[in-house]
Amino acid sequence: MRRAQIKNPISLRTRLFLILLAATSALLLSAVVWINHSTRAEVERVLDARLSEAARMVSSLISDRRVDVAQAAALAQPETFDTADGYSHQLSCQIWSLDGTLVGQSGHAPARPLAQETDGFSQNIVDGVEWRVYSVVNHDLGVRVMVGDSMEVRNRLVNGVIAGLLLPAAVILPLLAGLIWASVGRGLVPLDQMARALGGRPATDLSPLPATPVPREIRPVSIALNDLFRRLSEAREHERNFTAFAAHELKTPLAGLKTQAQIAAMAPDAATRQDALTRLIRGVDRTDRMVRQLLDMASVDSVPQDLNDEVETAALHDILAEVADNLAALARGRNVSIVLDGPDDTPGIHAPQFLVAAALRNLMENAIQASPDGGEVEVSWHQTGVDWCCTVSDRGPGIAAVDRNRVTDRFYRGAVGGLEGSGLGLSIVKTALDRIGGVLTLTPRPGGGETATVTLPHAALRTI
Amino acid sequence: MRLLIVEDDEMLREGLAVGLRLAGFTCDSVATRADADAALETGGFDGMVLDLMLPDGSGLDVLARLRAAGSILPVLLLTARDRSHDRVTGLDAGADDYLGKPFDLPELAARLRAILRRSEGRAAGHMIWNGLDLDPAAMEGTRDGRNLRFSRREFTILRALMERPGTIIGKSTLEERLYGWQEDVESNTVEVHVHNLRTKLGAAFIETVRGAGYRLARPAGADA
Repeated sequence: MRRAQIKNPISLRTRLFLILLAATSALLLSAVVWINHSTRAEVERVLDARLSEAARMVSSLISDRRVDVAQAAALAQPETFDTADGYSHQLSCQIWSLDGTLVGQSGHAPARPLAQETDGFSQNIVDGVEWRVYSVVNHDLGVRVMVGDSMEVRNRLVNGVIAGLLLPAAVILPLLAGLIWASVGRGLVPLDQMARALGGRPATDLSPLPATPVPREIRPVSIALNDLFRRLSEAREHERNFTAFAAHELKTPLAGLKTQAQIAAMAPDAATRQDALTRLIRGVDRTDRMVRQLLDMASVDSVPQDLNDEVETAALHDILAEVADNLAALARGRNVSIVLDGPDDTPGIHAPQFLVAAALRNLMENAIQASPDGGEVEVSWHQTGVDWCCTVSDRGPGIAAVDRNRVTDRFYRGAVGGLEGSGLGLSIVKTALDRIGGVLTLTPRPGGGETATVTLPHAALRTI
Repeated sequence: MRLLIVEDDEMLREGLAVGLRLAGFTCDSVATRADADAALETGGFDGMVLDLMLPDGSGLDVLARLRAAGSILPVLLLTARDRSHDRVTGLDAGADDYLGKPFDLPELAARLRAILRRSEGRAAGHMIWNGLDLDPAAMEGTRDGRNLRFSRREFTILRALMERPGTIIGKSTLEERLYGWQEDVESNTVEVHVHNLRTKLGAAFIETVRGAGYRLARPAGADA
């Protein structure tokens, strides 16, 4: 159900395209806003200067009495031209006496005063038209000269500039979009190649990706994928080996059991029959251990997420004592004693208990089986720094130097001696310890035998 | 017939040795590839039962080495992997027969007898000479309508002589056939067993060739 709610993410290409397009558009837009703003300011500054200049000119003309007041207003329209783009009658001029009568005005100026009785610049609405006005008072003649600009004309000027900018932008933007789309596609070619290489292969193909050079950005992906493929094929190989080995390991004892049973059935004398029956019973015990180890192996191999439910905390010395107790019968049968030696105030191990037990049981079982008749298996535990160690020592033949590196391999039984085991014990120990972050160290014991040390990391320990 | 058993599992190895001894074979057994190679170099075997998965290598390597040295020793492979592909690999590597685990002891003995027989150039199961019909599978014979039973050692000597009638077989060769490594050779046993055989088959059946060994006498009435 949840899956249905998750929308398909948009493609990387579309995503990049949209981001780049948005960024480009924002850039263009802010340029337009800025140009609009600065153009408007510039136009205002220039036209205002012209307004004030025109007003002063009219005022000085009438002061010198060179021009009649009534004509002067008309003179203030020096740039009156009639063009199609509507910039005609740009300036209007009015001359008012200080007592409020209209002395003169330019041709298209409105009849009402363009400004109130203020000096300098002001902005007013007269007859529904907005004017920018500059007023100057001529005290000699007792008149006020007002020169005004229609704001509408000013806006048209600015808008013309902006339109001149936006029009090419509107043409460029689609072109730019196409260019971005193509470039992004081109940039993503290595990714496409990898996707095609992956998509085209069958599910069983776990070979590494083609060894073509890949860009730095997707190299981690390619490395991770190849690593995953390698681990998967290793796991598959492992499983194949496991099946073959398990078949061998189970069928061989079965063949042994059957052979001994047939010998017992056809034995010509009681001694032969008795011998066969004794071997038969021993064989069943061994096969039982083998089956248990195979099951142990399967359970320590199980997927990690299944383990979370099984995490419990139990004191280290309690676990050791329990495992030793379970192996007491085996030890007695071989005339071997197990000696436990360590403090009672151990921390708890916070881990799936069957992993801990499987590791320790297999170590002790190995030690018992390696021990000579009447031998002693010493199990001790102590703290080293923040970690805890437990050691299992025997006086058996020890591990041969040539086998030392391979003893934890699955089904490896040693090239010399040690033919009795399944070759699973130490592999189970190692796998189980890997799961809980523990470390197995095997060292020759001074005076003969082997010492197995399990280091339990601080992270797996809890105070109880 | 002396067999080399190569099997790493102790219980099965011991079982094979005892079981095949009961079936009339003399057996030596080893557990590793290295020991198998060493034993084969010593020689004196009539056949080999070979496990495929050995702790220090594959039985196929033992086989390959043996065949590379030009040996035609009959070899029967024993293995847990008895799918068709594995059987083909084993037979192509030079094995004479193949048996999957677990197997029937009587069947194993019968297959061994068959490949040994063929290696001697015989197809018939029974060996016939001078009126004696010897059944290797049952370790019995009939002569002049009488049923004859032989002990394992008597049978081993008789069989060795019947394989090549008329050829002189040395005493040491017979001793080698009789005893595995683990057994002590008693100085006069061959003589004792030959004596017992003469009691059962008639004094003239086996001839003593002074200083050389024994051979089967030619049938009475045949040309000299």
